Amino acid sequence: MEFLAYFGEVFTPINFGLLLIGTIGGLLLGATPGLSPTMAVALLIPFTFKLEPAQGLILLGAAYTSTVAGGAVSAILLKIPGAPANIATTLDGHTMAKKGQGARALQLSFLASAVGGVFGVLLLIFLTPVLAQWALAFGPSHLFWLAILGVTVIGTLDSSSVVKGLLSGCIGLWLATIGFDDIMGAQRFIFHDAVSGGINVIAALIGLFAIPQVIGMFANGRRPLGAEILTVESHPISKAFGEVFSRLRALSIGTATGSIIGLIPGVGGQIAGLVAYDQSKKMSPERDKFGTGHSEGVIAAESANNAMVGPSLVPLLTLSIPGSPTAAVLLGGLLIHGIFPGSDLFDNHPDVAWTFINSMLIGQVLMCIFGLYVAGLAARVAQVPNAVMAAVVLGLAVFGSYSVQHSMGDVYVMAALGTGMYFLERFGFSAAPLVLGLILGPIAEANFVQGSMIANATSSIGSYFFTGPLNLALIATVVASIGYSVWLELRHRRHTAKEEAVAKNEATS
Amino acid sequence: MKNLIASAAMALTALAGGALADDNYPERPIMLMVSYGAGGATDFQARIVTMTAGNEDALGMPIAIINKPGAGGRVGWNWFAGQAESDGYTLGAYNIPHFIAQSIEGGVSYSADSFEPIANWGADPAVFVVAADSEFNSMNDVVDYAAANPGKLTFSGAGLFVGHHIAALQLEKAAGVKLAYIPNNQGGAGAMKAVIAREVLGGVNNLSDAFRAREAGNVKILGVFDLERNDFLPDVPTLKEQGFDIDNSSVNFRGVMVPKGTPQPIIDKLAEVVPTMFANGRVASRMKAGGSPMHIMTRDEVIEMWKAREVALTELLAGL
Repeated sequence: MEFLAYFGEVFTPINFGLLLIGTIGGLLLGATPGLSPTMAVALLIPFTFKLEPAQGLILLGAAYTSTVAGGAVSAILLKIPGAPANIATTLDGHTMAKKGQGARALQLSFLASAVGGVFGVLLLIFLTPVLAQWALAFGPSHLFWLAILGVTVIGTLDSSSVVKGLLSGCIGLWLATIGFDDIMGAQRFIFHDAVSGGINVIAALIGLFAIPQVIGMFANGRRPLGAEILTVESHPISKAFGEVFSRLRALSIGTATGSIIGLIPGVGGQIAGLVAYDQSKKMSPERDKFGTGHSEGVIAAESANNAMVGPSLVPLLTLSIPGSPTAAVLLGGLLIHGIFPGSDLFDNHPDVAWTFINSMLIGQVLMCIFGLYVAGLAARVAQVPNAVMAAVVLGLAVFGSYSVQHSMGDVYVMAALGTGMYFLERFGFSAAPLVLGLILGPIAEANFVQGSMIANATSSIGSYFFTGPLNLALIATVVASIGYSVWLELRHRRHTAKEEAVAKNEATS
Repeated sequence: MKNLIASAAMALTALAGGALADDNYPERPIMLMVSYGAGGATDFQARIVTMTAGNEDALGMPIAIINKPGAGGRVGWNWFAGQAESDGYTLGAYNIPHFIAQSIEGGVSYSADSFEPIANWGADPAVFVVAADSEFNSMNDVVDYAAANPGKLTFSGAGLFVGHHIAALQLEKAAGVKLAYIPNNQGGAGAMKAVIAREVLGGVNNLSDAFRAREAGNVKILGVFDLERNDFLPDVPTLKEQGFDIDNSSVNFRGVMVPKGTPQPIIDKLAEVVPTMFANGRVASRMKAGGSPMHIMTRDEVIEMWKAREVALTELLAGL
């Protein structure tokens, strides 16, 4: 209960002002495509030089929390996920926005974010020692199986057919091999300087999601303007509250998946949203509605990616190991003030540690209030005529992919992947499985190589990868997940085959 | 008004003659390319040592950090050697022995000749760490274990052809044992996690990160891969003191360089000003607070150091 003692600190005028600045600024930065939470926090580090340690961390913590939630804005309104965490949000969120329900989608996403986020921070406050052990429990073999589990999700994620989902996942896995191999330094498929560092995930995300839309808008651009203008439904906030809390299943699956997966160093943040989306889809009786603007999809994805924020800081705050790139930047912010995360932080600087954690808690609430406030206004973006919208999205896509590492190479990658994706989409492939392959490929590969090096030196590959309770549990989940997908596909086929047969009979008779 | 005319006249002369422009250098903000991601040790230190660049007694213009991470630094240095403009407004951070070892290994488009050093700001030696509850208490315990179990002593490091890998090769050679070096794909932080989680028996890591992990009570530090003990860890003996013939080839030197072809007057000006910028008291206190050992060297000293490393590393890597 130590954290309660420092609650007052958050509400001193300067601290609260910084919290407001961090939250609003973070929402704006997060809503800008290409500015990932990591970069937003890195941009703010120089401003903390002149502040007290606790004040600097309040700014950084608020920015981290709200950029993750802000990413949902561009994911929903423009179908450009700001970071890998927001991929799953585009699936149902953007469909809702296209139907004129942007305000509803945004309200749901901010409310779900706040619920997930507050839960995540509470976990950080109460269960840190337990969680630290959990974060350490994942060695190379476990991370390998976890990545494979992610791969099994590919088939069932947002795709008309399992086979097409798997095929686009394979394209993603191949794209992931481009560049220098992470461990051995071998060069693979480097046919142009722009890809010598591999395909940048953020640039790929922007291209794969935004460019097919832009091409589509240009293709339809000749239609008379009047026909396209949507009526944007306004949506009372009280209704959004009701809806979020009536979707308890999606909310709890999202929050739980986000907090558990978010904790695992190096893997969690990127796939938490997608795994939560897939799980709540599989467990929902209305699973056919997912992808058509269903509220459960938005709620699961957004509660998961904000639930991850708190637990993702556990390895940093307790063990002094940054578990994610954003945590690494926060580590820099602490070190500049001479504070070492770990026991030093909680024993010698409890005021800094707890003020920081408390401010993330308050930040979640503030973020939600501001988000709800602007949701109605922001949703009007859907009324912008297609011709204008296409130009704006294209501009943002170029700006976003360039700003990742100030490189035109990333812009070329973005444009090339996006154009390719336009044609793939016409054949019924979708971008989400492809991106998942791109993200999971390196994780599976690097951990397999590392694991087998350790296994060769100590025991054998068989016993290293296939024994131990955690390995076996993960393998069992993988098998169950594949089995479920196969069952779904078979049932679907029998169903369609029967329907076709009936239709044929009717036609011939 | 007078000022306006004066500055207009100056702008004209600057346009007219390149030599004159060098006198006014720098006229706009400068960019420093770091070939590691935001938040890493190199990035963190680069941000601190350049924070006073805008002062009147330094360059008078701020330095902005640009990250070009990937493939252990190869992406950034390839870019710096091939595409960066050599006009003095594009600086790069170097990591020795990383980029020299990578150029000896091959597959990259740079070597020590592609760059002109300006000044060195830090020297972060490699150290050998084991988990806090490990049975090893000295380097001799580690080597005895390795001698009894050839090839079974697993230890982590930040990757291949970086300082940690060089240290591992030196240890193998000096102790005459066979070890299992496990390169990590997430750099020093990932390698440290592997040690703390006991995925491996030990690890080579940066002194600054190991110092922090020891403060947090997670690891023991058994030896420093340097010629002398370090101020941050006066109680930890060097490898040499423990009977292994290992020099400072693996020490991670960090500093600033420019691409080959940058005008000589600009190089001279930078070489004169940048070391004084590093020596600023505010910089030193921030670096010390962050647990980052400083080691300021001038351009001439760095040129010598690069040459010496090139020779030592060619010899060490020849056997691979």
